[in-house]
Amino acid sequence: MKRLSELQVGEKAFVESIQDEFLEHQLLEMGVTPGQLIEVERKSPFSDPIAVVVSNLLISIRLSDADNIIVNND
Amino acid sequence: MIKKNIKVALAGNPNSGKSTLFNALTGLNQSVGNYPGITVDKKLGNCKLDMSTKAQIIDLPGAYSLYSKSLDEKVTQQILCNKENQDYPDVIVVVADSSNLRKSLLFLSQIIDLKREVILALNMIDISRDMGIVIDIPHLSDQLGINIVEINARKRTGIKDLKDTILSVNFPKKEILNIKEIFPDIIENTNIIREDDNNYASFLSLCRHYVDNNSASKIKLEVLIKDEKFIPSRSQAKETVRRYKSIDKILYQCIGENKALIKRNFTKKIDDLLLHPILGYTFFLLVLFLIFQAIFSWSQLPMEWIDSGFSSFSSWVANTMNPGVLNDLIVNGILAGLGGIIIFVPQIAFLFAFIVFLEDTGYMARVSFIMDKILRGFGLNGRSIIPLLSGAACAVPAIMSARTISSSKERLITIFVVPLMSCSARLPVYTLIISMMIPETASWGPFNMQGLVMMAFYLLGFIAALITAFILKFIIKAKERGFYVMEIPSYKIPDYKTVLYTIVEKVKVFLFDAGKVIIAISIVLWVLSSYAPSGKFEQIEKDYASVENPEYDIQSKKLEASYAGIIGKTIEPVIKPLGFDWRIGISLITSFAAREVFVGTMSTIYSVGGTDNYSIKKKLKSAKNLETGKPFFTTAVGISLMLFYAFAMQCMTTIAVVYRETKGWKWPLIQLVYMTGLAYISSFVAYNLLS
Repeated sequence: MKRLSELQVGEKAFVESIQDEFLEHQLLEMGVTPGQLIEVERKSPFSDPIAVVVSNLLISIRLSDADNIIVNND
Repeated sequence: MIKKNIKVALAGNPNSGKSTLFNALTGLNQSVGNYPGITVDKKLGNCKLDMSTKAQIIDLPGAYSLYSKSLDEKVTQQILCNKENQDYPDVIVVVADSSNLRKSLLFLSQIIDLKREVILALNMIDISRDMGIVIDIPHLSDQLGINIVEINARKRTGIKDLKDTILSVNFPKKEILNIKEIFPDIIENTNIIREDDNNYASFLSLCRHYVDNNSASKIKLEVLIKDEKFIPSRSQAKETVRRYKSIDKILYQCIGENKALIKRNFTKKIDDLLLHPILGYTFFLLVLFLIFQAIFSWSQLPMEWIDSGFSSFSSWVANTMNPGVLNDLIVNGILAGLGGIIIFVPQIAFLFAFIVFLEDTGYMARVSFIMDKILRGFGLNGRSIIPLLSGAACAVPAIMSARTISSSKERLITIFVVPLMSCSARLPVYTLIISMMIPETASWGPFNMQGLVMMAFYLLGFIAALITAFILKFIIKAKERGFYVMEIPSYKIPDYKTVLYTIVEKVKVFLFDAGKVIIAISIVLWVLSSYAPSGKFEQIEKDYASVENPEYDIQSKKLEASYAGIIGKTIEPVIKPLGFDWRIGISLITSFAAREVFVGTMSTIYSVGGTDNYSIKKKLKSAKNLETGKPFFTTAVGISLMLFYAFAMQCMTTIAVVYRETKGWKWPLIQLVYMTGLAYISSFVAYNLLS
């Protein structure tokens, strides 16, 4: 178990859960559902926000929000 | 013969190509209005489906689902679900980007489960095919229980097919997620309260996304939610996850992805450059630079055509009509005012063209990505870049676009600082003053000097916005933790028609909305400056009767004695420290309603009584300081005037929009006082340093 914010660029993992309720609603609608493969594609020039790919969709997200996304990369 | 008129709604995710389809269906046959009471753009258009049926098409704000989080999504949800809504459609067309079908199906499946007459328009299927995505359309259509039409909105293909399908639409044959199976008792009870058997509408109502206007049933629902210990937000999340499971099951059967990441790799390669720590920012600065150079140099030629065309039209009217009061009113009142504003159409068209182009290519989202961290330091948000840049066109849509910022603090700060960005209404003022102060041929290295000064003033507005935001960051308290989640779309070549229609629409709004105000103010001004308290004009003529060649002095004395002169004189003591005289004073008063009126006013004031039909630039250049007789527009006066227009809040519409968006008078009033104060102080300092 890891937080999304701890993944390096190019690292992939499966979404486990999203801890913030409002963030959860937003991400669920965009298709970031538990079990989906998530990959950190790049970091912005100041390392925050990061851009992640989930089911062919590129999403930008702040590190503070990525902290609330639990992933599983085993 | 048109026999039938039906209502069709276009719904879909942001970036699905919905607006392109809307343009393909309606062409120029469209209008933009507002939904009653709120400032969400309502796009309506008409199109003929066949010989006997006409459709009214409504382009709904983009949404990810029927769970509304923002005002825009609320509008979409209400129109689609609430039978009493005046825009409740007969047919819904859900537009989906074929390369991101999964995400689109969430919204679509909700509409299917509402048992609405719905069609799926699969957009850009050729692109997804190139990406290696194979969609078994007949099977998908069967699984979803609705009709599917392949379209390419950009290439205008599949439109005929879509129209035919709209005419023969059916109710969905399936249910994607049986919500009653998951929440059996409470849905049953809700159906009874709502006196309706639509399970999904009941579920939405339970999650507090109400679909009816019935307040009595709302109260009963709250009691039910409490009694049953139903947790709306948890249930909504649970439902979304279950729904995606059903969708994934369907997609697993209908979609084959071979080498699916080809296009992403293409986008990724461009992103490697455009999101690069150094190249990315360099590119962004270059884009900004290009915009300002273009606005200033490319639009010069059409502006000259319009200017000379309009002034020869004015002299033609002046010479053709019978001389008299009416001639004077039309030529020196209305035409002078209008001419001052029509000339700026090319620049406004260019500015909007760039902004629409950058949004449509997908570049704007990238700018937001690389700017988020920097802007956050100023209490703003990566998404603020869109309102800020749009603010360079017009603060009104810019302030409305701040709605996509989910943190209320960052949104409020964005709204507060956007009017400091130099909007297109300041452009005429800047252009005019710059062209008087700096010769057209002046240059600094390879760059046109006028363009550079113009860019400096835009930058100044941006810097003032940042500093103000930074101060507000420490004053405004955050209500909740702000977050920033945004889809970054794939790169696209913008649809030229969409760009074109947006320009036409913006120019139309500028010309007609501003034009109405300008004509009205021009007439009032002409009256005020052509008449004086009785006996004054006669007295002046008598005084100058013996003076040789008195034309110039008489005209200026008369203007000074007129009602307009009296008003200007009254406020002169206040603006004198800024280097302004009573003539500019009149312009300041009239341009409080809208800045662009300045040019028209100046043009009218300097025309009244004038015998020559000069262009506005020449008129102002020859203006004399009424005390010293030297040219009035010195560098100090010019800079001071530009600074005043850069900072002062002189736009009724902006004040009205801020009032609506912040739901109160507090913020628009603070904004008004702050901006006008800032304008006064900076003009005062600049004038006294330079003169």
